[in-house]
Amino acid sequence: METKIAVSDTNHDTNSTVQSAESDNKMEMKNLSVFYGKFRALTDINVAIQTNKITAIIGPSGCGKSTLLRSFNRMNDLTANSRMEGGIFLDGENINTSGVDVVDVRRRVGMVFQRPNPFPKSIYDNVAYGPRLYGIRRKSDLDGIVERSLKHAALWDEVKDKLHQSGLSLSGGQQQRLCIARALAVEPEVILMDEPASALDPISTLRIEELMHDLVKDYTIIIVTHNMQQAARVSDYTAMMMIDDKRSGRMIEFDRTQTIFTNPKDKRTEDYVTGRFG
Amino acid sequence: MTKFQELIAKNQVAHLRQRKLVNAVMLSLTGLMTLLALVPLFWIVGYVIYRGGHTINLAFFTQLPRPLGVTGGGVLHSIEGTIVLTVLSCLFAIPPGVLAAFYAARNPNTPLGIVLRFSTDVLAGVPSVVMGLFVYTLIVVPMKHFSGLAGGVALAILMLPTIIRTTEEMLKLVPHTLREGSLGLGAPEWKTSLSVMFPAALNGIITGFFLAIARATGETAPLLFTALGNDNFNVGLIVKGGVQAHQDVFTILGRIINQPVDSLPLTLWKYAQQPYPERVEQSWGVALVLMIFVLLIEIFARLWIESRKRRLQG
Repeated sequence: METKIAVSDTNHDTNSTVQSAESDNKMEMKNLSVFYGKFRALTDINVAIQTNKITAIIGPSGCGKSTLLRSFNRMNDLTANSRMEGGIFLDGENINTSGVDVVDVRRRVGMVFQRPNPFPKSIYDNVAYGPRLYGIRRKSDLDGIVERSLKHAALWDEVKDKLHQSGLSLSGGQQQRLCIARALAVEPEVILMDEPASALDPISTLRIEELMHDLVKDYTIIIVTHNMQQAARVSDYTAMMMIDDKRSGRMIEFDRTQTIFTNPKDKRTEDYVTGRFG
Repeated sequence: MTKFQELIAKNQVAHLRQRKLVNAVMLSLTGLMTLLALVPLFWIVGYVIYRGGHTINLAFFTQLPRPLGVTGGGVLHSIEGTIVLTVLSCLFAIPPGVLAAFYAARNPNTPLGIVLRFSTDVLAGVPSVVMGLFVYTLIVVPMKHFSGLAGGVALAILMLPTIIRTTEEMLKLVPHTLREGSLGLGAPEWKTSLSVMFPAALNGIITGFFLAIARATGETAPLLFTALGNDNFNVGLIVKGGVQAHQDVFTILGRIINQPVDSLPLTLWKYAQQPYPERVEQSWGVALVLMIFVLLIEIFARLWIESRKRRLQG
């Protein structure tokens, strides 16, 4: 008993606050490696994602940021010849085992993509798509979900009078918020965002960032971004990735965003966030 | 001014003149070739209207052929036959074609996918008369008679490659993020294909259908050994007789497809080689009706796709 306390005390003293809050981990990667055929795209990723926080993944192009993000909800399964080794934990349960229901994982870990990708359906049907998948058919139930999701995604006021128009008739920024509403409709616990604002203008980008600040009260958010300022503005934690000499992605630093941007431990992180390369 | 700039200035006027000249020559050359390419189209359409226009009247669409020597009469049998054959060939070709295309689009590098793509290409190159011969041995010989059913199957085989290839290409054009968006919500693969991929690609897929239909509608060769032709084919009479005999719908439909039928190109081919001037005249009329039939299919497809586009884009 005494030893245990001693260990945890040591942890607290020597390591950063990141690890002391381990009980709050919503998701965790343990020695995760991802292979595409023989190519090892990611090597030994260890990272803990805190509940109700925004974690940003940054790094130069081709370093495996998106691959890592897509590991959190096993979207890499969709790529031919892909293989994931190591542990992916959601609420302490390993979801990287063959017995796990991928469909349920993807409901609990939702995803928003780089380019807005509304389905060629009405705004209403876009949001109701997910709930319908899970057997919700009653119109009154669906109406409630659609309204709540659109309100949560800060889109309701703009579309409430044209719910039955096509989702494709909206502007780019609105389409992206529609996609967020669509993801929210199945009540996920974690939301993965793959450069959600890179195809949007500055004002729409700002709205998405404000939205993320609101959403993080109820959800855990992981975002991949190329935009250093965006990572600094929105995230609580930042993971810095880089490829090694075998062109495989590794996580070289993970810490509070403030630390990463003001006092990084790794020289490469410092060079990257200060814009000296990348 | 540097030496280079001086040289440029000196040559500028000459260069400009030369450039304009080359531009004018190339523009007129391409324009001329465009006109040349359009000549056959307008010539054919114009000549068919000129030769066939006067034979067309209401009776031409509503009556069966009269005996030789008796004026009047129409080609109702081949219009109805063409519709029967078109519907049958669509029924036989579209469901397997679309499903095969879904398979090929999703599994392009599996053995079955590769075999499918290769054999579709081969099938597209098989002469249509061979299809007719094949269906003759496959259906006509065992049934011991020619039939609309056999004609429909022959045309369906002809349509398959077009349908598979266009559907596959259209499915591949759907942005993969759309598919991932659906799968990312936890949708199973079949649901994603059915309610996201298919609607997104539908316009192109339908265009493919109509391309295939337009091609099959104009085919004569595969029908020679299958549908044969039938001067007395009259759907109205079959239905009337069936209803009077208290037959059910399936028996009546069965009787429609179980006998030889005619089609517009088949009638055209038969009439045009007869030594009687009135039949030759009528064959021009049939050509005109055939052209209008294909054109109408095309126009309806375009209109439908346009209205769908407008609905989708709000």
